[in-house]
Amino acid sequence: MALLRVENLQVYYGVIQAVKGISFEVNQGEIVALIGANGAGKTTVLHTVTGLVPAKAGSITFNGVDLMKTPAHKIVSMGMAHVPEGRRIFQELTVYENLQMGAFTRRDKAEIAESLEMVYAHFPRLEERKKQIAGTLSGGEQQMLAIGRALMSKPSIILMDEPSMGLSPLFVSEIFAIIQEINKAGTTVLIVEQNAKKVLSIADRAYVLETGNISMSGNAQDLMNDDAVKKAYLGE
Amino acid sequence: MKINEVVSLEFLAQMINGLSLGSIYALIALGYTMVYGICKMLNFAHGDVIMVGAYMLSVAMGMLGLPPVLAILLSMVVCACLGVTIERIAYKPLRNASPLAVLITAIGVSYFLQSSALLIFGSTQRKVESAINVSSVQLGELTIGGNALVTLLLTIVLMTGLTWFINHTMTGKAMLAVSEDKGAAQLMGVNVNRTIATTFLIGSALAAVAGVLFISSYGFVGPYTGAMPGIKAFVAAVLGGIGSVPGAMLGGILLGLIESLSKAYISTQLADAIVFGVLIVVLLVKPTGLLGKKRTEKV
Repeated sequence: MALLRVENLQVYYGVIQAVKGISFEVNQGEIVALIGANGAGKTTVLHTVTGLVPAKAGSITFNGVDLMKTPAHKIVSMGMAHVPEGRRIFQELTVYENLQMGAFTRRDKAEIAESLEMVYAHFPRLEERKKQIAGTLSGGEQQMLAIGRALMSKPSIILMDEPSMGLSPLFVSEIFAIIQEINKAGTTVLIVEQNAKKVLSIADRAYVLETGNISMSGNAQDLMNDDAVKKAYLGE
Repeated sequence: MKINEVVSLEFLAQMINGLSLGSIYALIALGYTMVYGICKMLNFAHGDVIMVGAYMLSVAMGMLGLPPVLAILLSMVVCACLGVTIERIAYKPLRNASPLAVLITAIGVSYFLQSSALLIFGSTQRKVESAINVSSVQLGELTIGGNALVTLLLTIVLMTGLTWFINHTMTGKAMLAVSEDKGAAQLMGVNVNRTIATTFLIGSALAAVAGVLFISSYGFVGPYTGAMPGIKAFVAAVLGGIGSVPGAMLGGILLGLIESLSKAYISTQLADAIVFGVLIVVLLVKPTGLLGKKRTEKV
């Protein structure tokens, strides 16, 4: 059974239909990518899954639970974390406080400390800067913090929205390496990216979104070799 | 005694008056600023919560015969419940409405509270016996009144407590997180509605204390008692930088000092004009208020 299953999802902003009945699934342990151009509806899909945007129709099932009937603030404690587009860290809190917020729904102090250590192991720079106000971090460090904050909830699946946005090529490689590490450690990843080349190189499977519809899907390796994908998204 | 000493003694006494008045403004301003920070709305009914707190004190002490401390606690509980109820009934349904609709609703709630008080208690002001029975303290030649002393001490305790609560508890941090980014806070598992309700609860309980302190020095309560301190506290919140908790504290204290010193040394009639004048000047120079930050959006 799929860990996350989205069926015939339809989302509207006012009268404009942003997502036109898409279906996809993510299995335990996979890295699944949603790729597509600006405005294809990738971010909207993630926002709908974690309850920030209401869906008009369709179904979202996570671990057998209907997420459409779950309030947004209850989703993280079910094991789903979301690294939103633009990072959206709490600028006025310190790095440490941001990580604390990531573990907001958890109560066991020893387990939280364990997660904190794990996050610091992935991102030593966050430990160095734990007392710094998050708004003063560089873009790459903020992205690390956003990912670290999501890991603090000890998720079974992590949704990532454009983790490479606005970062230098060096940082992009670092972030992608860490995403692979996180996945190897047992966390399922659903990732939205415009950097198709990069994301297809780490993903198991991918779906191509075009103006609210899924136009193609399959094994990441196959998609990377597909002529249409090459032409439209890989710039070859 | 030399003239100089008399003048400086008088000045010190006025400073203490100002600090004590400013403390009351600051306690009220905290409610304005916290609610603004978290909901981006101006709760113009906040001033009238003070009036409800003052009436509660008068009922609890005068009619129920409760001792002052219990009466103050009862007043805080009633106001806290009132604040949460107002939010739930009047503001929550408008969470995604235009700011103008929310503002007009807040003014409506303000009139509703005033008219209710008018219906229940009538238009004549009631005499309220002071909840503070502390004798004045003599410091050398300076006398500090019991009211002023209790006001200052209570305000220091409440402000320290509030600052600690916001910075050291997860509920406090959730309040900061919600005021910065509701969506991201939800992704962390923060129940935004409950956090907003908590903010109204704390703000209204502080307003009740302010009401009790205000009425203990003023002596009378009427349906419109909350209006003027409410507006002054709003000015204090804007002066300090609306949305900023330390800003509200600073703004309140400054406002009290300016008002008190203007009354003593410039003109009683002009004092309010000077207070509002200072606000205009500060906003011209620093539109975000003294401690207000301009949110920069990083992309």
